[in-house]
Amino acid sequence: MSAFLEALAGHAFLQHALAAGVLASIACGIVGSYVVVKRIGYLAGGVAHTVLGGMGIAYFLGKSPIGGALIAALLAALIIGWVSLRLRQHEDTIIGALWAVGMAIGILFISRTPGYNVDLMSYLFGNILMVPRADLLLIAGLDCVIVALIWLFRKQFLAVCFDEEFARLRGVPVDLFYLGLLLIVALTVVILIQVVGLVLVIALLTLPAAIASQYARSLAAMMLTATLLGIIFTGAGLALSYEPDLPAGATIILLAGLAYLLSALGRGLWLRWRRTTTLTEAKR
Amino acid sequence: MKPAIELKDVSFAYDIGPPALEHVSLAVGEGEFLGLVGPNGGGKSTLLKLVLGLLRPSSGEVRVAGGTPQESRKVIGYVPQYARFARDFPISVDETALMGQLGATRLLGGYRAADREAARLAMTETEVLDLRQRPLGTLSGGQLQRVLVARALAGDPSILILDEPTANIDMRGETEIFDLFKTLNQRMTIVVVSHDIGFISRYVTRVACLNHTLLCHQPVPLGLDVIEKLYGMPVQLIPHGTTCKTEAKP
Repeated sequence: MSAFLEALAGHAFLQHALAAGVLASIACGIVGSYVVVKRIGYLAGGVAHTVLGGMGIAYFLGKSPIGGALIAALLAALIIGWVSLRLRQHEDTIIGALWAVGMAIGILFISRTPGYNVDLMSYLFGNILMVPRADLLLIAGLDCVIVALIWLFRKQFLAVCFDEEFARLRGVPVDLFYLGLLLIVALTVVILIQVVGLVLVIALLTLPAAIASQYARSLAAMMLTATLLGIIFTGAGLALSYEPDLPAGATIILLAGLAYLLSALGRGLWLRWRRTTTLTEAKR
Repeated sequence: MKPAIELKDVSFAYDIGPPALEHVSLAVGEGEFLGLVGPNGGGKSTLLKLVLGLLRPSSGEVRVAGGTPQESRKVIGYVPQYARFARDFPISVDETALMGQLGATRLLGGYRAADREAARLAMTETEVLDLRQRPLGTLSGGQLQRVLVARALAGDPSILILDEPTANIDMRGETEIFDLFKTLNQRMTIVVVSHDIGFISRYVTRVACLNHTLLCHQPVPLGLDVIEKLYGMPVQLIPHGTTCKTEAKP
């Protein structure tokens, strides 16, 4: 641990990694809470994996891969959102198809890209230790956009997640806000791909929020808790992985997964214990 | 009497399956308390969705408060059957009731003081004000139903539409909540969907029986012949309040 702290003071790349973790946690705490309460984890997974297609094409054309990721994510969110609004009964089939086709396009284009071979692993599992300064600023900018949008339209987003039909009857343009929410999910996916890679995006988007949902009494509290948990997981994951030289992204996710498991188990046992004690008291 | 809700020869069919409603004509006057009864799958919920403007009729016309259902959404307070949303959703009673103000409040940012006041009045009326900080998931069925009524009232509706409001409530809660509806009926039109003809006939001013088409609409009480026609089979009426005793054999 002390070796990690020493290295942190001395190496800019570790400071960048820590900053990337904090910035990503803000987005994943807020957006992940919506994903969990609205139960659109699979949908977010579809968007995340379709992104590889955009990245592959951008690579092939010699453009910035994050730009390609952004375009692919927004496009995937719009297609999936439209499908989920209009063809609800085929939703998971179509998400599954986009998921697979997006990845296949990405791999095809990357394999055809001339020059040295792109490290596919770093897109699948991320490399938080190699986030350049420019990307940090980009992530911070995207964070600001997300926070501002959700702050301004928090009433509508809450209503759409809680009870779509009632929101529609109160004159809220539900389809617009649902698509907006998916676009925000897509933005977040692009941020998180920099940090943990796209295979593990879903985990960081859902695990902190899922843990928070076990305790939070309001959506705002859930977002705050999930953000703090995300910061703890990324920070602790970085520290743990530093000395044994483990892959940082995978360590972060395993840590989050373990915390979720322990939290769910602990809560289950506690509820059971409470139920039996109330029952025994009632019997007396 | 001006009609608050008017259906003129309305038919509706979903994409798949036989028509859900055929040639329904019904006018609900201002200040009426209409009970909509009928067997499951008889088209009650479909009719509500047409009135709410969530569905459009295949033929015929629906008018609400003199306009189309979409135009008149703001005057309707709607209470769904509560199974629609996740019970563990992290939301308080207060936040739920405030949603009734969504159509009236500003677009950006949080709710205004006036919205909170409207929600507070609505919660007082349905006697859930002392639960306002509680998460929705910790409420009983009866308490939750009152919160949903408060949410509908917060929008200051002139028509209140309730879909099976007592499906998850015990007998005592059922009586209490219908007493509340009776009071509300003094200032608004009420349409309530129910499968319990006997119970609601003590409260409503008129009953409409729906089984794909409108079989009858007449003041209460209903005769046995009408109820048998509604269900298409002989039925036995047991008055509410009757207790079933198992007689001990000597």
